Amino acid sequence: MRFTSISCEQREAMLRTVGCADMDALFDSVPAAVRLSRPLDVPDGLTEFEADSRLRALARANAPATSLVSFAGAGCYDHHIPSIVDHVLRKPEFFTAYTPYQPEVSQGTLQNIYEFQTMICELTGMDVANASMYDGATALTEAALMAARVTKRHTVVVSAAVHPEWRQVLRTYADASVLEVREVASAGGVTDGAALAAALDDSVAAVLIASPNFFGALEDLGAIAEAAHAAGALFVVAANPVLLGVLEPPSAFGADIVVGEGQMLGNAMSFGGPGLGFFGAREAHLRQMPGRIVGRTVDVDGSMAFVLTMQTREQHIRREKATSNICSNHALNALAATVYLSALGVAGLESVGRSCVAKAHYLRAALLSTGRFASPWESAFANEFALSFDGDAVALRDALVERGFLAGVPVRELDPCAPAGLMLFAATEKRTKAEMDALADEVTSL
Amino acid sequence: MTEELAQTPSTAPARGPRKLIFETGSPESRCFEAPALDVPAGSLDDMLGGAGRTRAPRLPHVSETEIARHYTHLASMNFGVDSGSYPLGSCTMKYNPRLNEDACRLEGFAGMHPYQPPATAQGALELMVGLARTLGEISGLRAVTLQPAAGAHGELTALMVFRAYHVANGDARKRVVIPDAAHGTNPATVAMCGYEVTTIASDANGGVDLDALRAALDTDVAALMLTNPNTLGLFDPNIVEVCAAVHEVGALAYCDGANLNAIMGVTRPGDMGFDAMHINLHKTFATPHGGGGPGAGPVCVTEALAPFLPGPLPVREATGAFAWMTPEHSIGRVKAFAGNFGVLVRAYAYVLALGGDGLKAASEQAVLSANYLKEKLKGAYDLPYDRTCMHEFVLSGARQRKANGVRTLDIAKRLLDHGIHPPTIYFPLIVDEAIMIEPTETDSLEDLDRFAAAMLAIAREAAADPELMHGAPYTTPVRRLDEARAVKQPDLRWRPTQ
Amino acid sequence: MTSYPSDLRYDKEHEWIRVEGDVAVIGISDFAQDQLGEVVYVDLPAVGDTVTSGETFGEVESVKSVSELFSPVSGEVVKVNDDLDGAPEAINEDAYGTGWMIEVKLADASELDGLMSSDEYQDFIASEA
Repeated sequence: MRFTSISCEQREAMLRTVGCADMDALFDSVPAAVRLSRPLDVPDGLTEFEADSRLRALARANAPATSLVSFAGAGCYDHHIPSIVDHVLRKPEFFTAYTPYQPEVSQGTLQNIYEFQTMICELTGMDVANASMYDGATALTEAALMAARVTKRHTVVVSAAVHPEWRQVLRTYADASVLEVREVASAGGVTDGAALAAALDDSVAAVLIASPNFFGALEDLGAIAEAAHAAGALFVVAANPVLLGVLEPPSAFGADIVVGEGQMLGNAMSFGGPGLGFFGAREAHLRQMPGRIVGRTVDVDGSMAFVLTMQTREQHIRREKATSNICSNHALNALAATVYLSALGVAGLESVGRSCVAKAHYLRAALLSTGRFASPWESAFANEFALSFDGDAVALRDALVERGFLAGVPVRELDPCAPAGLMLFAATEKRTKAEMDALADEVTSL
Repeated sequence: MTEELAQTPSTAPARGPRKLIFETGSPESRCFEAPALDVPAGSLDDMLGGAGRTRAPRLPHVSETEIARHYTHLASMNFGVDSGSYPLGSCTMKYNPRLNEDACRLEGFAGMHPYQPPATAQGALELMVGLARTLGEISGLRAVTLQPAAGAHGELTALMVFRAYHVANGDARKRVVIPDAAHGTNPATVAMCGYEVTTIASDANGGVDLDALRAALDTDVAALMLTNPNTLGLFDPNIVEVCAAVHEVGALAYCDGANLNAIMGVTRPGDMGFDAMHINLHKTFATPHGGGGPGAGPVCVTEALAPFLPGPLPVREATGAFAWMTPEHSIGRVKAFAGNFGVLVRAYAYVLALGGDGLKAASEQAVLSANYLKEKLKGAYDLPYDRTCMHEFVLSGARQRKANGVRTLDIAKRLLDHGIHPPTIYFPLIVDEAIMIEPTETDSLEDLDRFAAAMLAIAREAAADPELMHGAPYTTPVRRLDEARAVKQPDLRWRPTQ
Repeated sequence: MTSYPSDLRYDKEHEWIRVEGDVAVIGISDFAQDQLGEVVYVDLPAVGDTVTSGETFGEVESVKSVSELFSPVSGEVVKVNDDLDGAPEAINEDAYGTGWMIEVKLADASELDGLMSSDEYQDFIASEA
């Protein structure tokens, strides 16, 4: 075996040390009735070369978005990742380390998390941030649960313009707990203000909004914040962090908790995971936050040092009264985000944001000019937008795959109630004018 | 110091000035250069409906060189599996094979968008189906979801499935029974799932106390959550009776799979009578821990629970094509997209490398190595449960505390001076001054002997020079931290005025 | 050194109580603070809240543990030691003085009869060990 160095001879000596005649004797406490009496039905092991060939064959059986010209988004985006990011991630001191419970030999991980927390605070405008969550959907759900703890209320109001899968996750968690979910319809691509007002009362712990929302549209965060706060609810905003170089942070509109998916910060799309969830909040609610938090302190010599702190919130200490059951998080993805944001800097992040916004607006105009699309609404948007195709969006998407494009995401595939022609298109800074013109040409020629 | 001079960890750097990334570089430093925009720029604020950013975030200004050096410095202050022995109990810190790291980065995997049509994702779906099938065979629980992102997430998913099953039978029930040796995630998960926790004490042998279990069981109980082998590293010899007692009251038995690395190919939770388990791919299947994550926590269940699994599931259709399928009574999603696919690729690569026999051999060696260390150390430290252990065992530092005032924390910190990562300490809670040791099969005999020698040397040091122990570690990038200050004066983010 | 002033009464959850007229001052004993280690955070009720004998009224935390506080008596909270917010270490340094936690207006003075004297409490601690 490649990963185990103990020889047969050494094994025999070890067995003698422990006083067992053979390997089987080590398992005497396992009742005979439940011993597996046959070999596992798993194929024989492969050499590295054979395993590599098999894995490459599986990879080749895919047509990845990055090998097509992709305008697919809907929560997962194909941004350029500076080369340095993966070189840092591949350092074994980072990726083979455990959770930094022994701070004396985990300062690299801990300092990085502190820097990550700072960057999330800077992007979102919030006071404090945690060390990461699994993804945007679970971060939003944890925000709902935290709002219920803070307000001692049990209903959350979520906009139907929040990503359908995120709403499904929220519902799954709510079904198993005391949380009640009220969904507010969208109108014109954004949350319906009148429906929101009707849904608010003094039982509401939080209003959950995404901006840009699932349709790419920018919500009127100021007005929604006012309505939420008037009802005594917390205002929870899901944001796209790569756009926060050009968009006003949710804190500026009164957000109490800001969450989101952080895949777009230096993480490969990887079929949807692992990305990361980020979670920022107000200092007043620090003790109700889920997840790990790193703080700066000193060691006995007075040197700067970092450590996991506020741990009494967590499951390993507070058990059933913990703020969450989360243990493993997405620390390595948070490292990618930190390196990415360091590489981009303020100017780089702003230029990526500007580029995405300008290209999305160009793409929309180009697609409308084909005559095959109609605009379902005129809401402001950033990097993504929805258009209504005059046929079936799934058929359009599939036909364009044949021509080398992953044109976008048919909304009906995620939301069965959506019109058959509704399709989401996203543009990142990687897309060129020539590619967008080519897509429009292909649509015209269909 | 005694004759066994402690070693400096191989990764420890010279202790020099240390800066935050925000304090590195200069305003002119750049790593990223934006290509010229090839479409009209337009008015940004107009396009954004007036929501344009008015005050820039404060991000680092650094060149690529400065980034490389910053993170290399940070890495030098970390200890990973590649740095040396990492015998953290219940964490299974085995070596992370490098082919797995290459495989998950292949463009055919890393470049996949989650909403690609299945026709363009046949390889990804086939891999997922293959991994799910393997996990189903190893666990003896054939229906598998790969969606959960971590062990605790898998626990929650399984309890949600249990709840949906009970509700479908007209009775959601109220309580979940957990032994006192359980991981903290178990009770925290129970609370998130709207159940109450009933804790039962372990018996004198460290197993489930059958009388206490029977006394706790009634038709209000939804489930038992049990780690087997348990957190003392002991296989419960009464496991069949335990699961049967749970089923007698209509409750379901859940296996926390944290300790699966002891039993692959030897025995299967499904055959013991468990109805569900989660598997930590970042433990048993050698995917990296990443400094805290990401992991993956697939959940395996019986056929009876399969209709309730979160969807969609990757399946092979009658035509031979791979597709997505959502179970009939699915609890819904627990995560966006298709789970932590990049972690699944690594785990599948591990399965390919080891094969069925190799997986069993890994478990056998893990168990042998743990027993070997137990024999070497049980003279110098208390061993509260002196039985053949599985892949880990729990010592107690009570003797050292009583005789010399040296605590388990001191022992752990002193190990750092020997270049070894300490075991898990103060867990499980039922052992005083607990030291929980899990060597894993990937440590060589030389590694095991080095660890044993260090532990024995420390036992001697504890007797000879307790003060030395209280001050350890001495050779690490920083020494013991003021953790109270970190809580009382929270400094959780950099600010430019500092 | 731990001490157990004789003018106080104690309960089995390691709280002390000092009765002054119809008001009682409550804190945790030297034994309790010693077991906890350095106190880093205290969560106390607000003035006007009601506490009940034998039920929790707050929490006290060290870096890696949380302990619930149980009220030895029932009544309305009339004063809270807000100084502990910024200086929770007072509980370690002066458990019976500046480390006091709340003042309660006694609802039922007979509840005091069930509490222990200093000597009884020290015997209780010894029997627990």
